[in-house]
Amino acid sequence: MTDYDIIVVGAGHAGCEAALAAARMGYKTLILTLNADHIALMPCNPSIGGPAKGHIVREIDALGGEMAKNIDKSYINIRMLNTSKGPAVHALRAQADKHKYQYEMTKVLQEQENLDLKQTIVTDLVVEDNVVKGVKTITGVTYAAKKVVLTTGTSLDGKVIIGDVKYTGGRQGEFAATDLAKSLKEAGINLERFQTATPPRIDRNTIDPEKMNLHPSSKEPLKFSFFREYEDRETRPCWLTYTGEKTREVMVENIEHSPLSTGIVEGSGPRYCPSIDRKIMRFPDKLTHQVFVEPEGLYTNELYLNGLTTSMPEEIQLKVVRSVPGLEKAEIMRPGYAVEYEYIPPYQLKPTMENKVIAGLYTAGQLNGTSGYEEAAAQGLMAGINAVLDIKGEEPLILKRSDSYIGVLIDDLVTKGTSEPYRMLTSRAEYRLILRQDNADLRLTPIGYRLGLISEENYNKVEAKRTAIKENLAKLNEITVTPTKEVRGLLEELGSGGLKKAVSLATILERPEVSYKDLKRFSLEAPEVDEEVGEQLEIETKYRGYIGRQLKQVDKFKYMEEKKIPQDIDYHQLTNLRKEAREKLDNIRPMSIGQASRISGVSPADISVLMIYLEEMQRGGKE
Amino acid sequence: MYVKDTIAAISTAIGEGGIGIIRVSGPEAIEIVNKIFRSIRGKSLLEVDSYTAHYGHIVDSTEEIIDEVITLVMKSPKTYTTEDIVEINCHGGMVPLRKVLDLILKEGARLADPGEFTKRAFLNGRIDLAQAEAIIDLIRSQTETGLRVAMNQLEGGLSQKVGEIRQDLIKLLAHLEATIDFPEDEIEDFNSDELSDRIDGIAKKVEKLLRTSQKGKILKEGIETAIIGRPNVGKSSLLNALLREKRAIVTEIPGTTRDIIEEVINIDGIPVKIIDTAGIRDTEDIVEKIGVERSEEFLNRADLVLLVLDAHQGITAEDRKLMGSIKEKDAVIIANKLDLDSKLDFTEIEEILTDKPIVKTAAVENQGIDELEDVISNLVFSGEIKNEDQTLITNMRHKNALDRAYQMLLDVKKTFELDLPNDFITIDLRAALEAVGEITGDTIGEDIIDQIFADFCLGK
Repeated sequence: MTDYDIIVVGAGHAGCEAALAAARMGYKTLILTLNADHIALMPCNPSIGGPAKGHIVREIDALGGEMAKNIDKSYINIRMLNTSKGPAVHALRAQADKHKYQYEMTKVLQEQENLDLKQTIVTDLVVEDNVVKGVKTITGVTYAAKKVVLTTGTSLDGKVIIGDVKYTGGRQGEFAATDLAKSLKEAGINLERFQTATPPRIDRNTIDPEKMNLHPSSKEPLKFSFFREYEDRETRPCWLTYTGEKTREVMVENIEHSPLSTGIVEGSGPRYCPSIDRKIMRFPDKLTHQVFVEPEGLYTNELYLNGLTTSMPEEIQLKVVRSVPGLEKAEIMRPGYAVEYEYIPPYQLKPTMENKVIAGLYTAGQLNGTSGYEEAAAQGLMAGINAVLDIKGEEPLILKRSDSYIGVLIDDLVTKGTSEPYRMLTSRAEYRLILRQDNADLRLTPIGYRLGLISEENYNKVEAKRTAIKENLAKLNEITVTPTKEVRGLLEELGSGGLKKAVSLATILERPEVSYKDLKRFSLEAPEVDEEVGEQLEIETKYRGYIGRQLKQVDKFKYMEEKKIPQDIDYHQLTNLRKEAREKLDNIRPMSIGQASRISGVSPADISVLMIYLEEMQRGGKE
Repeated sequence: MYVKDTIAAISTAIGEGGIGIIRVSGPEAIEIVNKIFRSIRGKSLLEVDSYTAHYGHIVDSTEEIIDEVITLVMKSPKTYTTEDIVEINCHGGMVPLRKVLDLILKEGARLADPGEFTKRAFLNGRIDLAQAEAIIDLIRSQTETGLRVAMNQLEGGLSQKVGEIRQDLIKLLAHLEATIDFPEDEIEDFNSDELSDRIDGIAKKVEKLLRTSQKGKILKEGIETAIIGRPNVGKSSLLNALLREKRAIVTEIPGTTRDIIEEVINIDGIPVKIIDTAGIRDTEDIVEKIGVERSEEFLNRADLVLLVLDAHQGITAEDRKLMGSIKEKDAVIIANKLDLDSKLDFTEIEEILTDKPIVKTAAVENQGIDELEDVISNLVFSGEIKNEDQTLITNMRHKNALDRAYQMLLDVKKTFELDLPNDFITIDLRAALEAVGEITGDTIGEDIIDQIFADFCLGK
């Protein structure tokens, strides 16, 4: 059989990004999937974005990934969230036509040069002396490769649970990868168990929209990708309804069938995605719970009941659904279910996404204990990039917490681990104000370009934007506005205070009431810029104090990140470290002093001892 | 833990001794000291050469003189730590030394960790390899001792108080963050009054705790007490009676107590540092004048003033002037020499100094001294400390952290008043939480996220 540079196992959101990145960087890539009709499947909510997740999608785009373009091609409902809470937390959220999302991604994979797509079941990892050599399939075929990227999602030893029924499967209607789980354990990789669940889907012809609140798609030309023009499209509305006393009665009556009582579901589940059983029982004071009724596509009647996650027996699910206003006559098309699966606790990962035990093996996505399409895609992209960089013998790409949400995500995983399926939140990012969704291109596109994932044209576009921002910012600071009667009148009209002495146009823009487009009225010299540049000028000016402070914090942070720790330290010999610190450091093997300081159980005094030891070692090496 | 910032500490042993040195090291060392230093020759420290000494004063934000100092400027890389270093030689004893350090910390330096100057010296390649182990021992032992001391203190009311403030901040942040991270979940947003009240409430708690630091400092470092009065009214006799031993020379010639003598006596567990001063009066005698000028300086910075009047002579014009000068201070009026005939008009004293306690003594006979001690003790423990609240901030590091937290909360208020969105409010709130966490050794970690899920029914 043909040899490959890189084999990607799994064609979900992580696998697609990994395979596309590797192939686009010019390396011969094979992507293997259990089901070639399920590429980029959205088995849970067919939705992309939201706070932090939307930021990640923009970052993937800025680096040259595919997710943003794919959702732009296929969304049927989109909104900008958090518009009143500050520019750093504005977030796009879109509802996809789930079929179109799959078809579009399938098309991109199939048309990609250097990329082969095959359907099969991978049963074994081929490993020699702790170095990965390829994979073996259920039909006895062996594919050799320099690097293997595993993105198998929830399929490792997966079990599906509905009511009292529990059967083997990666998702409903899919195979589980039971042999592969065994093969990983044999290779010395630790696996643990997580669970997650999804709500029932119902038939659109059986609901009563009159009883629910309509949430149409935004009229603004919103899009995720920096590099793809907006297109008009057919949209579909969402609806919002609420559970009430009736739902509660059904739940209390049938609680003995809930996994909360039966204990049939093993492993920790995500707190941010609680079942309706849990919500009602845990927060008895909350009398109503939201249910978003969301379309799954243009060519299906299936509606997703966002907020009604449950894996109760099917007939009880129907009672729960029908207890909700607007859904009294609903018919379930697919019942909700829970899934249990093995994941690789991420302390076993390097920040490059490579496994610490098996060289050349990269893992990404739900397999690493995360949840969410966006989190998976980001990891896949980084795994694909780093697999290629390692073949090329180049420095790995490790994004910092101050560069991107992707950096926060991976650093959290490999440094802190996770006790539930990990979801990205904006509150996890300490430099949120500079990691905005509006500046992801300015932050990351030069990296994507250097890697060969961003075209010359797109790179030049971003650099032109950067220059325009810089030049016009200088102009705004130079142009003076004097407190003439006219100017004062204008300020009053905008609801802003008086003006006593001459100030720069930038100072005028600093006022919360003044927006960039108003500047022309204050001075004819106000630079004419396109909308994206205007947005940046406005943010950079209005919030410059806060941004400046955050940049100062970033300087300090970077200083600690740049203090590298050699990977061959024997921490057990550092007897001056406390035992807990020695064990944690040995386990996680941080790359830098900064990373070491974020490990729970490692104290500032331990860090001091470590720094002194490193200095000692370095000087010893010089002699 | 960042090693790139500027650190400061008192580098001489804490205790007695006239001169104390504050060492400041780091990239902003010179800039920070320059902000509070006024050279006699009007020089800016930013422009001076390395290894030069400069005479002048340290002033506070109102340009009031805190101490007379000599600053030594040493520039990177040829210094102990290889960073810019400024050493400030202070002359005024412990209290001004602390005040100067306080000012430096307010200007942006961080209080140095135990052994941190030496640690930097090593990490920057300045000291010998053989010393590394010694430094590790130092860090380990000092941190552990420091931690034990801190823990002892924290076991009491303080840890509870700080914990409460921390919890308030986490709760508030969790609410704000929940509305940001779960915008579709219909979490009730704060109306602006509520948010403002919550921030005020937390700031008040911090402020209350900070106020105790003054009392805490008194308990730890002593209360600076100046004995003033015309020459020969019996100041030295009073001091001797309080000390119950003959230390100062007591003579009948006005102005013989020229040097300032500092003695510490223990009154109900309060270290009372008594400065016996030369008589305060207008004098032509040059030698005497130096003493008098210094006396006035001491008067200005004393925590407590004991004004001695000679009951036998009655109130003179000079006494009236002195009484006028202590109206704003905590003071006790001592009517001395009551063993002789009294010509004092007590109503006149009460008219000038309405609320100051008056104690009648005959210092040479040791009469009235116990009453005086009671009055001093009552003044220090007046009201809140003794009756209500034993939580005191006595640790400089804790005070520094609370000061910063308070400043951040004021910044939050500013942000709030500018009507900026919630995201900006979280920035300073987080900084305040971090500062408070330094006291108890808690980092932010997953606390906020855990609180979000504990308080709100979120997710779909």
